[in-house]
Amino acid sequence: MADLGFSAAEMMTVAASRLLANDSVCFVGIGLPSTAANLARLSHAPDVTLIYESGPIGAKPDVLPLSIGDGNLSLTADTVVSTPEIFRYWLQGGRITTGFLGAAQIDRFANINTTVIGDYARPKVRLPGAGGAPEIASLAGEVLIILKQSPRAFVERLDFITSAGFLDGGDARERAGLPGKGPTNVITDLGILRPDPKSRELTLVSLHPGATIEQAMAATGWTLKVADDLATTEPPTADELAVLRDLEARTARAHAGAA
Amino acid sequence: MAEIISLREAVADLVRDGDHVALEGFTHLIPHAAGHEIIRQGKKDLTLYRMTPDLVYDQLIGMGCASKLVFSWGGNPGVGSLHRFRDAVQNNWPVPFEIQEHSHADMANSYVAGASNLPFAIMRGYVGSDLPKYNDRIRFIDCPFTGEKLAAMPSIRLDTAIIHAQKADRRGNVLMWGIVGVQKEAVLCAKRAIVTVEEIVDDLQPSPNAVILPRWVVDAVCLVPGGAAPSYAQDYYERDNSFYQRWDPIARDRDAFSAWMKAHILDTDDFADFKRSLAPELEVVDG
Repeated sequence: MADLGFSAAEMMTVAASRLLANDSVCFVGIGLPSTAANLARLSHAPDVTLIYESGPIGAKPDVLPLSIGDGNLSLTADTVVSTPEIFRYWLQGGRITTGFLGAAQIDRFANINTTVIGDYARPKVRLPGAGGAPEIASLAGEVLIILKQSPRAFVERLDFITSAGFLDGGDARERAGLPGKGPTNVITDLGILRPDPKSRELTLVSLHPGATIEQAMAATGWTLKVADDLATTEPPTADELAVLRDLEARTARAHAGAA
Repeated sequence: MAEIISLREAVADLVRDGDHVALEGFTHLIPHAAGHEIIRQGKKDLTLYRMTPDLVYDQLIGMGCASKLVFSWGGNPGVGSLHRFRDAVQNNWPVPFEIQEHSHADMANSYVAGASNLPFAIMRGYVGSDLPKYNDRIRFIDCPFTGEKLAAMPSIRLDTAIIHAQKADRRGNVLMWGIVGVQKEAVLCAKRAIVTVEEIVDDLQPSPNAVILPRWVVDAVCLVPGGAAPSYAQDYYERDNSFYQRWDPIARDRDAFSAWMKAHILDTDDFADFKRSLAPELEVVDG
């Protein structure tokens, strides 16, 4: 692939960050979601509210946290509440516009697995488990999911549904009574997928610069639907890249310093 | 009523084989020193509870202290898997081991229900998730007023809650701040509570609305400066991120793990001795 001046990982983070608005109230997962959410806060959405499940509301960390409860989250937050309060009043209370999740595996209806690969009782790989994801996925106004696209991650059938997307597709989510809209965007290192308005099957709607449809199809464990009006993602601007690289360099320095 | 005693005495008196025990902490204020003392005293057959089991639970599980874990997210934060936990789940090493798995919202609500002396917790949750298929303690009920389907889970009722806090006063009142997780709920849903603290002061000087656990809901207060390390204690010390990384290769291998636990936990007297035992290792890493 030609040198585009940015990596696929950077493109993924930038594309995801653009989906947060200045007035979003975002329940942030650790890792890729946290990177993208903080990039949004440090670039186009300075007033975005970032909530971490450990209790900080309105966190403004100068460097990315390594864990979901790092000190720089509570020290920079507008307030820190208890974990029950986060889940009861703020998430279940309907205050979260955007849930931002990562996943180990995803299926065509954007259900996600973070529990086990293989049989539950005799797992091939035991993953960390649910954490806050099942209720974030069901209760947030909408859900963004960020993960790298590969056949191991984008699977025909999940071994375990930890958190519901659109279940069996169609109106299954509404019939099940899940309050939030569900996953509206899945952002990968190759492009952006959105649920088809009727079938709710994830459809490739935008390819990142340098990525091809063939690559995206090869990285998907089912026959990937591609939108008729497939777009090309706007490449990262110089500003977006500078802010992201600065954030990641600061983070690496800070965590090396702590080590 | 809180007594100010050594951690060794507190664990000997208040943690019994077969107990339901939580060492709570959400990344911050994780009671590592207390976990080590449980291992040193060879406690067995514990049912451990924790929303976010991490290194100290990997150690407790790998040393065979637990026969069951009730949890909602198990991992080495920022690094990866808990290898001793995985070995226990996949191979029952070193002892038969069971898990009971929930979501964070569930466990947080179930602690609240326990602290509130209710039989069960309710919440909007789990719809569409496979977790209820594998955990029969997650069920669904109909709201008696609207008919809405809600998830119901039994309250958490602990024998012993163990937490770490920043300060206590000389009478045993406890003050904590920063990310406080579910520690207050864990203490209030338990029959017995042990709190390790960074320091014991004459006057806590709490700000209004500070998180205070009055001495009469705590049984033992133990002075263990640094007792949350390698996690952090806000305004005392930072998280030792390098330890979380160093733990990964130690825990991957049964023999390396057993040798490390023997050298640094079983063969040390207390947490201060444990920290001294780590000093040469740190020099090697730093050098």
